[in-house]
Amino acid sequence: MSLTVLYDAPGPKTRRRSMIASIVGVIVIIAFFFWMYVTLAAPRVNETSGVTTPGMFDPSRWDIMADPVVWQSFGEATVNTLRMAAVAAVLALMIGILFSFGRAARITWVRVVTGVILEFVRGIPVLLMIFFVFLVFTAGSYWSGVFGLALYNGAIIGEALRAGIRSLPRGQREAGLSVGLTPMKSWILIEFPQAFRQMLPIILAQLVVLLKDTSLAYIVSYPELARTISNNRNFYGSRYMFTLFVVGLVIYLALNLTVSWIARFVARRSGPRLGKADLNVPMALGAEGTRAITLPVLERDRPPDPGH
Amino acid sequence: MDAIIDVTPAYLAGFWTTLQLLVISGIGAFIVGAIIAVMRISPVPSLRAFATVYTEVLRNVPLLLVLMFCALVLPILGSDLDYFPLALIGLTAYTSPFVAEAIRSGFNGVPVGQAEAARSIGMGFTQTVGLVVLPQAGRMVVPPLINVFIALTKNTSVAGIFFVDELFKQTNAGARDNPDAVILILLYAALLYLCITVPLGLIAGAIEKRVVVMR
Repeated sequence: MSLTVLYDAPGPKTRRRSMIASIVGVIVIIAFFFWMYVTLAAPRVNETSGVTTPGMFDPSRWDIMADPVVWQSFGEATVNTLRMAAVAAVLALMIGILFSFGRAARITWVRVVTGVILEFVRGIPVLLMIFFVFLVFTAGSYWSGVFGLALYNGAIIGEALRAGIRSLPRGQREAGLSVGLTPMKSWILIEFPQAFRQMLPIILAQLVVLLKDTSLAYIVSYPELARTISNNRNFYGSRYMFTLFVVGLVIYLALNLTVSWIARFVARRSGPRLGKADLNVPMALGAEGTRAITLPVLERDRPPDPGH
Repeated sequence: MDAIIDVTPAYLAGFWTTLQLLVISGIGAFIVGAIIAVMRISPVPSLRAFATVYTEVLRNVPLLLVLMFCALVLPILGSDLDYFPLALIGLTAYTSPFVAEAIRSGFNGVPVGQAEAARSIGMGFTQTVGLVVLPQAGRMVVPPLINVFIALTKNTSVAGIFFVDELFKQTNAGARDNPDAVILILLYAALLYLCITVPLGLIAGAIEKRVVVMR
């Protein structure tokens, strides 16, 4: 049971009311899905031509799934998606580190130029960036996808790292300098590792976004999952659109949920420790681990159970 | 230079469509997102569960697939809407969980002692949220919300793949028609996008600074 400070621990009356509301809610949701199922399964009649097409769950719409070639194409697409995401993630991390380094430089023009490039890269759509690399550098569809994604996500990671470095107590850097490290060495040995650790949850969340955004390589015809759905549709005919879409959706959901879960797990294991977190840490979206109004109350804050 | 002048009318029309997509789906996403956020903190478990599942699913599906669903699957299911409203539906649905998360993070930014103090002087759920938490959360919500809208601006470009004549689609056509001035054509489009995103970013930064000072 999650306790929040917003309302009292429910008494018997409220519990009953909340139970009723819950049951009604579940019934409404189930009814909605049932209605959707019936609507999808019903055969469709075209009013102008009078032609009837079978419902969405009719075997004639799913028979291509017996064809191993379709499965093979989806398998290859999944591998392509993952490969692009992996290479782009590594590059994005490197670009992000470079950006944060440039933003922290002591030479003014380096700082200003990095800042302008960052604003530019962050402000335009990833789609446009991929397209730009594709047309201007005539890199193949694979590399334009990788570079477009790496550049954009690198900029975001760079900003996250910079925010992490700025949130460190100044004493860290001063201590480094006072024991005789050069500013560069103090940045590499003292500030950066702490900022990276601090910002790990945000960086990992951004890598999940990157995985999702590989679908934008659709525009340069890279055969990843979304492009494969549309290729198969063109090959087998649009009556299979629904089937192909559902298969693609399930693969995407499985991939992304797994990666987000791993990201959350890693972030919890190696991110800033609960309670040790610095107060100056910039607020993350839905900051994990902060004690807050809408999150369940921590175990130690729970009111002690009255003895029975 | 001629290429730039040639594409300008199409670009301006596309820019206008992009703005429309941004404003209409932004308002839609704000309304849906606010409802989802309220459901997530509500006392009724089934509402909370529904909101959580909705958020998790939509956040883990690429926007391209959401729009593909709207543009290619919905017509099979019997919708006879135009591509523009279909894109609006897709963008609204995709953006709403991010709005909900931004609102929730604003709520989380209010120190828990505020809510405890309100509860301890006997305020109920509605009073605590409406009189104490919400007014403070409102200020904190604005910067992350603006960031969501910046992302939405960039996301509208995906609608161009699905037959909406917005800026990215015009860019695509412009680059095809002027192969010798591709760089200029693309930079021009980038500049138009920056015209929306950079001012929004500056506003978010300014508000963020003021909120930090007030704390």
